[in-house]
Order: sequence, then structure tokens, then C-alpha cells
Amino acid sequence: MNKELLGLGVLFGAAVLLALPLGRYLATIYRGDKSWSDFLAPFERLLCRLGGIDATRPMSWQQHLGALLTLNLVWFFWAMLVLCCQGSLPLNPDHNPSMAPDQAFNTAISFLVNCNLQHYSGESGATYFSQVFCLMFLQFGTAATGLAACVVVFNALRDGTTDKLGNFYNYFLKSLTRVLLPLSLGVALVLVFQGTPMTWAAKAPLVTVQGDSTFVSRGPTAAMVAIKELGTNGGGYFGANSAHPLENPTYLTNLVENWALMLLPLAMVFALGYYLRRPRLGYMVFGVMTAGFLLLVGPAVYYELHGNPALTRLGINQPLGSLEGKEIRFGAAASAFWGISNTVISCGSVNSMHDSHLPISGMNELLGMMTNAFYGGVGVGILNFFVFIIIAVFISGLMVGRTPEFLGKKIEAREMKIAIIVALLHPLLILAGTALTTHLYANSPTALAGWLANPGYHGFSEMLYEYTSAAANNGSGFEGLGDNTPWWNISTGLVMVLARYLPIIGPVAIAGLLARKKYIPESAGTLRTDTATFGIMVFFVIWIIAALAFFPALALGPLAEHFTLY
Amino acid sequence: MATPSPSLFQPALVREAVGQAFVKLDPRTMFRNPVMFTVELGTAVMFLVTLGLLFRPDATQGSFGYNVTVFVVLFLTLLFANFAEAIAEARGKAQADSLRKTRQDTPARVRQPDGSFGRVSSAQLQKGQVFVVEAGELIPTDGEIIEGLATIDESAITGESAPVIREAGGDKSSVTGGTKVLSDRIVVRVTTAPGESFLDQMIALVEGAARQKTPNEIALTILLAGFTLVFVIVCVTLQPFARYAHAPIAVASFIALFVCLIPTTIGGLLSAIGIAGMDRALRANVITKSGRAVETAGDIDVLLLDKTGTITIGNRRATHFWPAPGVSEGELVEAAVLTSLHDETPEGKSIVELARQGRRLDEPALQQRALGGEPIKFTAETRSSGVTLASGQRLRKGASDAIGSLAHAAGQPFPPETSQHVRTVASNGGTPLVVSENDRILGVVELQDIIKPGIQERFERLRRMGIKTVMVTGDNPLTAKFIAEKAGVDDFIAEAKPEDKMQYIRAEQQGGKLVAMMGDGTNDAPALAQADVGVAMNSGTQAAKEAGNMVDLDNDPTKLIEVVEIGKQLLMTRGTLTTFSIANDVAKYFAIVPALFMVAIPALGALNIMGLKSPQSAILSAVIFNALIIPALVPLALRGVAYQAVGASALLRRNLLIYGLGGVVVPFIGIKVIDMLVGLFL
Repeated sequence: MNKELLGLGVLFGAAVLLALPLGRYLATIYRGDKSWSDFLAPFERLLCRLGGIDATRPMSWQQHLGALLTLNLVWFFWAMLVLCCQGSLPLNPDHNPSMAPDQAFNTAISFLVNCNLQHYSGESGATYFSQVFCLMFLQFGTAATGLAACVVVFNALRDGTTDKLGNFYNYFLKSLTRVLLPLSLGVALVLVFQGTPMTWAAKAPLVTVQGDSTFVSRGPTAAMVAIKELGTNGGGYFGANSAHPLENPTYLTNLVENWALMLLPLAMVFALGYYLRRPRLGYMVFGVMTAGFLLLVGPAVYYELHGNPALTRLGINQPLGSLEGKEIRFGAAASAFWGISNTVISCGSVNSMHDSHLPISGMNELLGMMTNAFYGGVGVGILNFFVFIIIAVFISGLMVGRTPEFLGKKIEAREMKIAIIVALLHPLLILAGTALTTHLYANSPTALAGWLANPGYHGFSEMLYEYTSAAANNGSGFEGLGDNTPWWNISTGLVMVLARYLPIIGPVAIAGLLARKKYIPESAGTLRTDTATFGIMVFFVIWIIAALAFFPALALGPLAEHFTLY
Repeated sequence: MATPSPSLFQPALVREAVGQAFVKLDPRTMFRNPVMFTVELGTAVMFLVTLGLLFRPDATQGSFGYNVTVFVVLFLTLLFANFAEAIAEARGKAQADSLRKTRQDTPARVRQPDGSFGRVSSAQLQKGQVFVVEAGELIPTDGEIIEGLATIDESAITGESAPVIREAGGDKSSVTGGTKVLSDRIVVRVTTAPGESFLDQMIALVEGAARQKTPNEIALTILLAGFTLVFVIVCVTLQPFARYAHAPIAVASFIALFVCLIPTTIGGLLSAIGIAGMDRALRANVITKSGRAVETAGDIDVLLLDKTGTITIGNRRATHFWPAPGVSEGELVEAAVLTSLHDETPEGKSIVELARQGRRLDEPALQQRALGGEPIKFTAETRSSGVTLASGQRLRKGASDAIGSLAHAAGQPFPPETSQHVRTVASNGGTPLVVSENDRILGVVELQDIIKPGIQERFERLRRMGIKTVMVTGDNPLTAKFIAEKAGVDDFIAEAKPEDKMQYIRAEQQGGKLVAMMGDGTNDAPALAQADVGVAMNSGTQAAKEAGNMVDLDNDPTKLIEVVEIGKQLLMTRGTLTTFSIANDVAKYFAIVPALFMVAIPALGALNIMGLKSPQSAILSAVIFNALIIPALVPLALRGVAYQAVGASALLRRNLLIYGLGGVVVPFIGIKVIDMLVGLFL
């Protein structure tokens, strides 16, 4: 058990140590300063010329959003087209069929918004062509979108008074060429060496130990798994995601994949500090996020390591902790850590079944997505956190007797309005989605019996989890849900769209509005935002606003289950 | 003079406020406050449910008594919130009324078109009309002196008993209605239409008719409306959740949960806090023209202060005699006193006073010598004054170069020691006056500015608040620098002309700073208008008063410091009560959520960490606590949270500990205690 905990310590410690220099590197390249990766500049310029794009023209925040949304809209049509026709497209050696329109809609949206909810299994539901040219393409594209949007906000906070916030295509392209592609290459190589397949060949025949003959699905897996984690997408190549022995073969690949998914969200936090030349601000944000993360991961690891009391009551000894739904090669601790890190960070890949986790772990995974600001997804995690900063600045500014300001810009009614709408949207989507579904289910429990594998509190958690995962653009599934139906596909699809774009538009708009305001130099009366005191304030705001709204729902799901079990 | 306020709840005011609390239940008024408006809606629903139960009992909705109790408590919550606003208004009005009493109907002698003066009631005076007032009469309304000079007793407004001089032209031409002319006769032009004086404006502001939400109040209302919406979502979606869990929830419990969760505490106290801020300004004898001005005052970064009267006591005083070589001190003192006996300026008087100190001055003899002498007045050209005695002796005192050139013309030397004295005095921030007798240099009288006692501490306090102080003076840069350093101001504008002030303010504003200044003269008006907070002295010209956004009835230049603190207090009170209100939700959740589900899901009894007696008592306790906390916090809302200049982070830490942590802990205790009491009846 101690070895397992030590493993977690190494995992987290190394992730932080790697993120620090990466954060500095990110700040350097986005600022446009000299870096070792400048040898890629001619290649980037060539791409821009081919695309007819002027990547040096500074854009206002509206132009940024225009570029971002247009790009995403084009991708959506591309994804719909590929998924609906994949059966007839090349690179389909296993002869998998095309997707039904409602499923294609859900899949297209879910990859477009960096959610990867996956109401299909990769082995049978997708082809090599759609895996690579649609799904993996979007995994790169959406991660770069998140990073670029985040840099726009950085710009708005850095400069004095301006409405020019850099060029979207420049940040987008650099995110791909200088961050995501090189890192993905490294991670994919480790995976290949550890046994993850990377091939165009059809599924391989296999004779099992018992003598049955079967087929093993394979394909260009290693490439997709790398960006799945690095881009905090979470959409696995296979249905079982990183629990699948070919997608995550060893303890080492588990470590590397877990690092990969934590790396960019952590590094962006440090990059915030370095980019604004206020490193303390970055450390403050990191501190708050880490406190939230540890608060969630601690109990999860504890409960998973101590086994399931229902089994203990049957007289079963569980020295390795609760192993139902877990892979023995990872163990209970690493699975719990993975579960929380994947929900706190909106990656949503799984290496064990969250459905089988103990109720407190399940609750903390839900809370990770409900708060959605402890690290969060690449780029967008900071955007979510930014909204909480705005609210915290407003309240604490009043508490020290000054009209509130953040980094020298006054926070006024318009910014508050946007921040409140964004903060409100998350509980609205989760609670309203779950409420509608429970309402339908409670009306006709027999007709909709296929929806829930478990009735009662656990069934409630399954439904709550699905909408939470969609709204947090997380994409992990509690599973146990018959979710490939038009109701689930379409409702979660809509939730995903709203939950992706409004929380990008909102913070970018706030930042854009702030950037135009008069800069007020700091004085002794200014409330500093890079202090521990302010960090505590933000922490408090996140828990009260983001977590407390879900208390009744959590009471009816995981808490009711927990207190029944223990 | 600030009026002390003996009690927050004077019986007469409380009676008025209670009546107003009911009047304010009008939904059209309530609509302005989204948080309390939703409570009113909830109360109305509760009323209907209770009424329905009277005719058709329904076991799933709980007993009639329980429902009635919830309804009554919600209704009280509304009344308490309205009471808070009403008592703040009543106090503001009472304060304003006491000022208004000074302008009761007084007869005015108005100039008729034919030039004669006829008697008219002051209430009928129109803007632009001209009236006359003589010694012993009350000035009927605000106006500007166009003819004459008078001493006026303004104690009715300022509380200051020493009479002041007001005269036509110049910067002290303004008179206020209700003050009394003590001597002489003045002709005054009415400057405000009836009902439009600053005081009337202020009363309207307090009474709510003209009260507009300040930008900060709007932003806070948005935040609170957001919180309210979150809990609308939480409560509405809870219904299907509960149905799925087979744990039906009574309407009363739903509404109780909702009302407890939304920020009713701050929602109910918000407007009271704003009114109390203006009221506090009024108590400090500052009339504000908008609530916004008070708020802005809390944000001020730069404070422009006139040297004279603010930093130094009135005028310069003589502090030392420096005789020239070969001249005895007695000789110099005698000459200086002789030049000053007829001199009515404060400097001249101070020379005589200094001469008396520690010396055996034969005053009667000097008076005798001065008799029949011809006093020479100070003029800007000669820059000297003095006396030519009956004996023909010419005694002069003045600027060193002026006296120096007289001596030079007469062929008298200017001793190098005296030049040295002149330089020393000047570099010490003083003003050297050179004294001569028949153009022979006798020595130097040192005049010094006396810095007000305690002013250094005030500037230090301002510095800790993050406010930069700037001294404005007509002195030369050397003197200005010396006084600035001695008083501890951060910057100074020397040899200041009115345009310089304006330029300084503009430059600071361009750098994003908020600037406050105080002024009285007509030439201050543009700068007062340009400043973010411009405080005009009541004694100042009408133009200055129109340009500023506050008027200080005491004419006290240090008042700005108080105004800044009032502004900060106002914002802090809002912030801390918001935090307190939101932090309360933690305990309320732990009271109500287990109560909602404990019957259907016994395991959730584990969440009842307060060990509340029964679901019904838990819900009632939470609602009662929620209602009682409003009146309990009214005194804090009215007095304001104390401001301490300890730096922003320390202040945040302190307030977070008291109102954040306190906001989490207090309701746990409060609800538990109320539950124990409620348990006695259930």
C-alpha cells in the first residue's frame, strides 16, 4: 500500500516539476520571444500562406471569437460528414457501419467541444479513417482552440489599455506545431514501445488459452492515445478507454498517460504567471487549484484503498483495496488518482470503471467536474477559473473598501453580468438536464428501464454524472447507462455545445472589455491578487458557488449511497 | 461639527419605520430589489397554500400550524428587510429635517421692480430675486451677496459659534438660508429656486424619490440576482429529483429552502447600507449630491489639499528676531513693533505677540511714540509696509529685496550677516521680513508656517490607505518643499495658479487615478468639476458649490479625509455583509437538506450534524434564523463596518475571518439554539 502511495507522490511531483519549465516555454512562444522551436517558423509561415491567412494582424476580442467559432463550425460539418459516411469511406478494414445521425451528432459535438463523451465503442463504432481524420484531428484542433482562447485572455490582462489582443491563428498554429505535436510524438513513442498498436491492418485473429478463436481490434492507437491525454480530450481509441490493455498496457504507460493529461493544464497555470510577468499570480492560482485537487483526491484514494464495506461484511478480505471495475496492473490507488485527475482536469479518460468506485470517490469525481476549475481542460480550465477570480475580486474588493479591480482594471456591472451568466450556466445545464431526465424516468420507469443499470441512488448518480460530464466537457462516463438513444444523444449534445462555447465566449468577452478600460496603477490601497489571502477567497468562492449548488443533488445520489453503505 | 447620534433606534423613528415597512410591501416598490421580490413571491405562494389547507387539509403538505408558521416567518422576513430600509431613511430624514428647521418660513424684504423693498415669505422667493438683510435678521434662503459686507452667525448649520465675515465679490460671497446676520447690511441675490437647494436635493436623495442605484450597487445587485437564480434552479430541479427518490417535499419546505439559500441578509440590507452612507456624510456635515460621490470617495488615490488652513494653521506667525550686526535686539524689536501696531494683518499681530513674550516691552511708551504717526499700507508694488512717525522717523518692514533696494537707494549697506539670515530663514520654510529705520537695515523677523498638530499622523494614515496627498500653495518651491516635508505630504504644487490645479488633476486622471479636492473660490470651480470628488466649502462661491459634488457645511478642509473613510466604510459594509450572507448557506444546507429527505432516506440523517430535533423544527429554525439575522445586523448596516488603514490584504484577511468564517459558524450555533427553543413547542 505504501508503494502505491509513493507511486502517486512520484506521479504528482513529477507532473508539477515538468509543468514548471513547460509553463515558461509556453509563455515564451506565445509572447513571440526567441525560443529553440523557432526553426518551425518557416513551416508555420508556409502553412499560413497556403491558407491565405495573415497571422500577424492583431485582432480585437470579437474578431478572435469570430475566427474561433467559424473554425469550429466548419469542423462540425466535416465531422458530421465523415461519421455519417464512414462505412463507405476508405481505411475501414473491419467494415464497421456508418453512424446513425443522432449518434453522429453526439459524437461530432462531443469531439468538437473537447468533451469526447463517446456513446459508441471505437472497435465497432468508428473506422480508422474517422478515428484519424475526424476524431484525432478534432482532438488536436480543440486543444489548440482552448490554448489560443486562453492566450487571448492573457493578452487582455497583460497590456495597458488596448483592444488588440494578438492574432488567433498565430496562437492556434503555434499550439499545434510547437506544443501539441512534439509532445504527442514523445508520448506516442513511449506507448508504442510498451506495446500499444500503431497499424493500419485489420483486426487480428487470436486463439485464446481456452482454445476459442476470436479477433482483437487494433489500428492507429498510440497516436490517438497520446493526444487524447495531452489535449485533455479523453476520447479513447477503444471503448474501454485507458482500461483497455492495448490502450494502456503497463504501469509505466499509466504513469506517462497520467502525466500527459496533467501536463498542459498545470503548465498553462504557470504560463499565466510568466506571461503576465507576475509569477506569483501563477503560483497563487496553482495553489488554489492544487488545494482543491488534493481535497478531492485524498478521500477517493483513502476509500478505494480500504475496500468495499459490503464485501467486508461478507467476510472477504480486501488487502489491495476495492478492485471491482479496476485493472490489477494499476491498483486501487493509481485508479482512484486517475479518476480524480481526469475529472478535475476535463480529460475524462478512464482506466477503471467509475461506476464501480465507492460513493465518495464517485462524488469527488462529480465535484471535480462541477467545480471544473481545479486545473480544468487545456486553456479552458484557466478561463473557468478566471470567472471565479472576477467574482472573488468583486466581493473581496468591496470587503476592503474599494470598488473592485483586477490587475489594474475596474470590474463593473457588465463584467459581473457576463461572469454571473457563465457561473450560472454550469449548474443550470447539469441540474436541468438531470431534472428533465429523472422526470421522464419517474413518469415511465418500466418503458425506460433500459436507461439505468442500477435503480435507486446509484442510478441517480449515473444520470447526474452523464450531464455533469457533458457540461464540464469532460467526457468520462459513469457508465451503467443505456445512453445511445436519441434522448441522451441529443440532450447531452446540446448541453455540450452550450457548455463549451459560452464559457469561452464569456471570459474572452470579459477580458476584452477589461483590456479596453483605463489602467489604474497599483497603490497601497489596491488589493493584491497574488497573495495567499486572496487565494483563500477564490477557493471559498469556488466551493460556495460551484459546489454548494449541487449539495441537494449529491445528497440524493452518492451521499445517500455512502451513508447506506457505511 | 459632526452631530453625535445618541441612539440608532429613537422611538419616534422606529414608529415611523414600522409603518413604512408595511407600505414598502407594495410589489411595485419591491421589484427594485430582486432578492426580496422573490421572497415576496414565495410568501404569496405560502399564503395561498396555507389558505388552501384551511379548506382542504393535505397530509403531504404538513400540518396547518406548520404552514402558518412558515408563512408568518417569511412575512416577518419581508417586514424586517423593509424596516431596515425604512429606519435608514427615517434617520437620514431626521438629520436633514434638523437642518431644514433652520430655514423655516422667514420674511424676506425683496426688491420690487420700482427699487423699493417689499415683504415676501421666504418660500415664495424666486431664483434671481434680490433681497436685503440687516443685523439681527435671519437670511431667508441661499444666495450670493451682491452688495455689502456682514458678519454672520452660521452656527445653526455648522455648529461653530464664531461668526464669519461674508462680503460681495471674491470667494466668500455665499450665504446660507437660516443663518443670522450679526452686523451690517447686505444685499443678496437668490441663487436657488424654492425646493432646489442642496439640502432639498439631499433630502430627496435620502427619501428615495431621487435615489438611483450607484454603479457598484448595480453590479452587486447583479451578483445577488445571480445567486438567487442559482437557487431557483437548485430548488426547481429538486422536485423531480425528490420524485425519483420517492421523497416528496412539501411546498412549505421548498419555499423555506429557497428563501434560506438566497442572499436575503444582504438583499434586505443593501439599500439601508447605501442610505446610511449618505446619512453618515450628512452627520459629518457634508451634503452629497449623489450616492455615487460617496462611493467614489472611497476609491480616491490622490488628495489635493490647500496648504493654508488644512496643513498649516491659518497664517504665518513671527517666530524669531535676527538683529543685524551693530543693532541690539531691543532696537530691532521696538522698530518691528512700531511698524506693526497699526498693522491688522495676522502677521503683524503675531510680531507684536512675539515681542511681548519673555521681554519687558514698554508698550504704553511705544503706543505714545506711534501716536500721530502715518501708517503705510502694504501694496503689491512696494511689497513693504510700516509707519512714518510724527517725529519723521521712517520705519519699514517688507520683503528683503524691497527693503534692500530702499537701503541701496539711500546709500545704506545691506549687511552680509543679514543676507545670510534671510537665506537661512527661507531655506527653513519661513518667510524673512527685513526691518529698516530711515532705510538703515535693522535685521530680520522670521515668519513661519505653523503646521497643524496631528496632521502628520493623518497623512500617514492616508498613506497606509494608499492615498497620495498633494499640497497646493502659493509659496515659492523652496518654502513649499520644506513645509511639504515637515507635514509629511507626498507632493506639492508651489506657486500654484488655478490652472495648475486643473492640470495636475488632469495628469493624475490620465494615469488612471481618482482625484479629490476641496475648494471655495470661483476660480476653483473648473478644478472642482474636473476632480472625481470635488468638495466645495459652504462659504465658497455659488459657482464652486455648483461645480463640486459635495458641499461641506463646516468649511473644514480636513473633512476630505472623513469623506474618504465614509466611502470606504460604505463599500466594506456591502462586501462583508454579502460574504456573511453567502457563507450562511453552508449551515442552512446542513439544516434543511437532511430535513427534506430524512423520512424517506433514513441514511441521510447522518447529514444532520447539528442534531436538530425533527425535520419540521429544523426547517422552522433555519427560516427563523434567516429572518432574525436581518434586524440583528441592522445596527451594523447603519453604523458601517469600521475601516482600518492596515493595507488591503490585512484588511481582507481580517474581514474574511470575521464575516467569512463567522458567517459559516454563527448560523450553525444560531440554528441549533433556535431549534432547541422551537423543540419546546413541537
